[in-house]
Amino acid sequence: MNRNVLRARYFAGAALAVGLALAGCGGNNTPAGGGDTQAAPLSGAVAIDGSSTVEPLTSAAADLFKETQAGVNVTVGTSGTGGGFEKFCKGETDISDASRKINDKEKTACETGNVKWTELQVANDALTVAVHKDNTWAKCLTVAQLKKIWEPAAQGKITNWNQVDPSFPNEPLKLFSPGTDSGTFDYFTAAINGKEGDSRQDATFSENDNVLVQGVSSTKGGLGYFGFSYFEENQSNLKAVEVDSGAGCVAPSLDSAQSGNYKPLARPLFIYVKQASMTKPQVKGFVEFYVTKIDEIVKEAAFVPLNATQKSALTAAWETLKSS
Amino acid sequence: MTAQDVRLDTGTRVSDHGLALTRRKVRVGDAVFKLALQTCFLIGFAVLAALLTWVIYKGWNRLDPRLWTNMPVRRISQIDRAGVQSAIMGTVWVISLTAVICLPIGVLSAIYLEEYADRNRWYNRILELNIQNLAGVPSIVFGILGLGIVARRFGLGFTVITAAIILSLLVLPVVIIATREAIRAVPQSIRQASYALGATKWQTVSRQVLPSAVPGIATGSILALSRAIGEAAPLVVLGAVTYITFNPDGIKSSYTVLPIQIYQFISLPQEGYKDLAAAAIVLLLGIVILMNSVAIFLRNKFQKRW
Amino acid sequence: MTSSTTTVDPAAGNTLRRDRPRLVDATVRVLLVAASLVSVATTVGIVVALVEPAIEFFGEINFTRFLTEKSWGPQFATPSYGIVPLLVATVEITLIALIIAIPLGLGSAIYLAEYASNRTRKVLKPILELLAGVPTVVYGFIALAALSPLLRDNVPGFAGLEFQNMLVAGVAMGIMIVPTIASISEDAMAAVPHSLREGAYALASSKMQVATRVVVPAAVSGIVAAIVLGISRAIGETMIVTIAGGLSSDHPEFNPLHGAATMTAYIAAIAQGDVPVGTVDYNSIFAVGVVLFALTFVLNAFSIRLVRKFREVYE
Repeated sequence: MNRNVLRARYFAGAALAVGLALAGCGGNNTPAGGGDTQAAPLSGAVAIDGSSTVEPLTSAAADLFKETQAGVNVTVGTSGTGGGFEKFCKGETDISDASRKINDKEKTACETGNVKWTELQVANDALTVAVHKDNTWAKCLTVAQLKKIWEPAAQGKITNWNQVDPSFPNEPLKLFSPGTDSGTFDYFTAAINGKEGDSRQDATFSENDNVLVQGVSSTKGGLGYFGFSYFEENQSNLKAVEVDSGAGCVAPSLDSAQSGNYKPLARPLFIYVKQASMTKPQVKGFVEFYVTKIDEIVKEAAFVPLNATQKSALTAAWETLKSS
Repeated sequence: MTAQDVRLDTGTRVSDHGLALTRRKVRVGDAVFKLALQTCFLIGFAVLAALLTWVIYKGWNRLDPRLWTNMPVRRISQIDRAGVQSAIMGTVWVISLTAVICLPIGVLSAIYLEEYADRNRWYNRILELNIQNLAGVPSIVFGILGLGIVARRFGLGFTVITAAIILSLLVLPVVIIATREAIRAVPQSIRQASYALGATKWQTVSRQVLPSAVPGIATGSILALSRAIGEAAPLVVLGAVTYITFNPDGIKSSYTVLPIQIYQFISLPQEGYKDLAAAAIVLLLGIVILMNSVAIFLRNKFQKRW
Repeated sequence: MTSSTTTVDPAAGNTLRRDRPRLVDATVRVLLVAASLVSVATTVGIVVALVEPAIEFFGEINFTRFLTEKSWGPQFATPSYGIVPLLVATVEITLIALIIAIPLGLGSAIYLAEYASNRTRKVLKPILELLAGVPTVVYGFIALAALSPLLRDNVPGFAGLEFQNMLVAGVAMGIMIVPTIASISEDAMAAVPHSLREGAYALASSKMQVATRVVVPAAVSGIVAAIVLGISRAIGETMIVTIAGGLSSDHPEFNPLHGAATMTAYIAAIAQGDVPVGTVDYNSIFAVGVVLFALTFVLNAFSIRLVRKFREVYE
């Protein structure tokens, strides 16, 4: 046996050993913080997908749930509200995150896929219109003004703040928008421009809300829109614009979003649960946790909580789902 | 080789005075040129070094065991406790599987092309051309291949095995090319001696050529795998940008890998995630640099001089 | 004599032991061909995965429109389907990257191959190869979080630099390609036989003349191959442009201070998102993918042709 063959076998053996050793040293799942283990330990997977706006909330729920039930593997995807429904109605996911209600086409798809669902509203969101912190003139904008800024006809034409309102200074208008396949974009364009997807195309688009925040906070004439939690996180660098939909200027805040006064940009956030998945104990356990601990979860994720009416509606819906 | 092949123009002139002038001109030009080259070199390296140092600085206070003992976290109050264990284990699983799939296929293909294929046949030439082409195809196209065919049509879904298959196909050309070089370096005399002793082709290949080529094959394989570890684009298309807080428990399990986890952290608003991303980058860089160093060391140490 | 285990026993007529190596050979041959066919299957798979939905796309969208419309916005209420903005962004970022990478890469290569001492080269060449392996997501992060603010705050005239812009993405990409171009060019230059250099020195040429008029022309096939490889990598790069280049595609953007989506950035953005399978929007990814694949295929064929044309064969 020549030396080279021996050497080759030695290499192979060493590589195999290292590989196995690495694969073996896994499973040190130290959950963050101890928890109260009341229920019997559950195991299995919960598949969740959908809106990237709702995702931080559901992920926070998954984190908290993991403290009490470390054996359940919860995955939270971000294919978007529409993409999430598509998978949901094919039966591929147990829960779908959504930043808008399910539409008719999706309802039909779910019927075809034989998926019965229950809608649960879990939080509110105040879609915030933000400007640079030194922007002193755009304290309040009407819906009509917002439409003037964002509608397709504005493309190439409305490029300066003084075109929006003659009292505004001569400052170039720089726009920042979520990407075209995000639920936030869909919601804003529907609420302001009247039709989902209707928007001028010469803004700076990004899938990454972080980029939008950075863009607005570094451009004096910048204006962008994104979820409330992104604004809250960056309050020191941004100013929120108050929106006037006919009943006066309303600023986005926990209260105005909860009460629904922040029109038309206060929106409900949902999860849709597949009824058939409730037979899986880990899914049932997770949804129960989500619903009963919703206040704590919303606080942890810095979302806008439900008001009292919405909370009782949620509990009622959950009771119906639980017993079905 | 004549002076014409070399195409020189030394600008020499015969007169004494002219010769001295030309020589000085050339010397100054030379020095300037050398300086320009050194500047190019220094700029390139200095910029790279500066950027990498910045990354290490940014991630410095997150470079501790939390990275590998803890799972990622989305609760804002708990960002300090976040780690990337699921991404590390996911990377281990995916790369191990990739190695198992890609190395045998790559080595066997290379053996075929070098030892068995008649280079004059049209189909063998197409095979070679095909491999060269695949080496240049953008990685995201492999992601599309994975999405359309492996995940959907074969029904394997967005799982560890799909990722491993796609990454294997992506780095297969690297393994094939490196193995071919290694096999080619073995002199014909070794093969001929083996045949002279009555060995069959396969005996020659398996007992003489391959063992001698092992260091080169090992180097190429390690480089290929280190490339696979750093790839994010095809996996992004394969839906890997998902919040995962557990280690894979089988080849059909959901997963995440380090580059994808880093990409995810970059898009989150909280400042703590950016630091965590930088720390995870340092970890990833450490792994990649370690692997590449091992490959280069192997090549230098075991390079056979025939 | 031979070390094989063949024993010839005429009486028994048992030829299996003698024939087994040959059987093994035949089986092995089949196995090897099968392995080689995997690469063919990959290309076939890519073509099928791209072309089927692309055909669906072109069934609905006029091909001329695809090539000539000046805006790319499949998901707006009034969609547009012209690939020109994506192409312009891809080419522009690649050009910026090359402007940085070719001088720095070639310069470093010539320095390493001709001027650096053996000891220096032994240390620096491996470092160069290490740097070629840095994952691209790292460059994306650096471009967005470090380069962009740095340029905007410190370079006068860059105040109009958008947060995501082509310049920073191109610069980061250029830096990423430098080790690749430098390493492969250096290999090509090191492969030029010393006799050529010595001949030139014997004719009283300076080091610079030897480097520029003897070595580089002799190594030109390898250098061209290195540059074309760099171009392919730049065109196909996804993470840097996704993170740092932006997503605008409503008009062909020529100003590098603004952001624009490349073909790869568009594919990555939509593939992550929300588009229902089977719609025109979804199929647009594949149409763009076909263009990308065709582009790199042509580049690769061009490179092979060039290399073959310029390759010098030494004894």
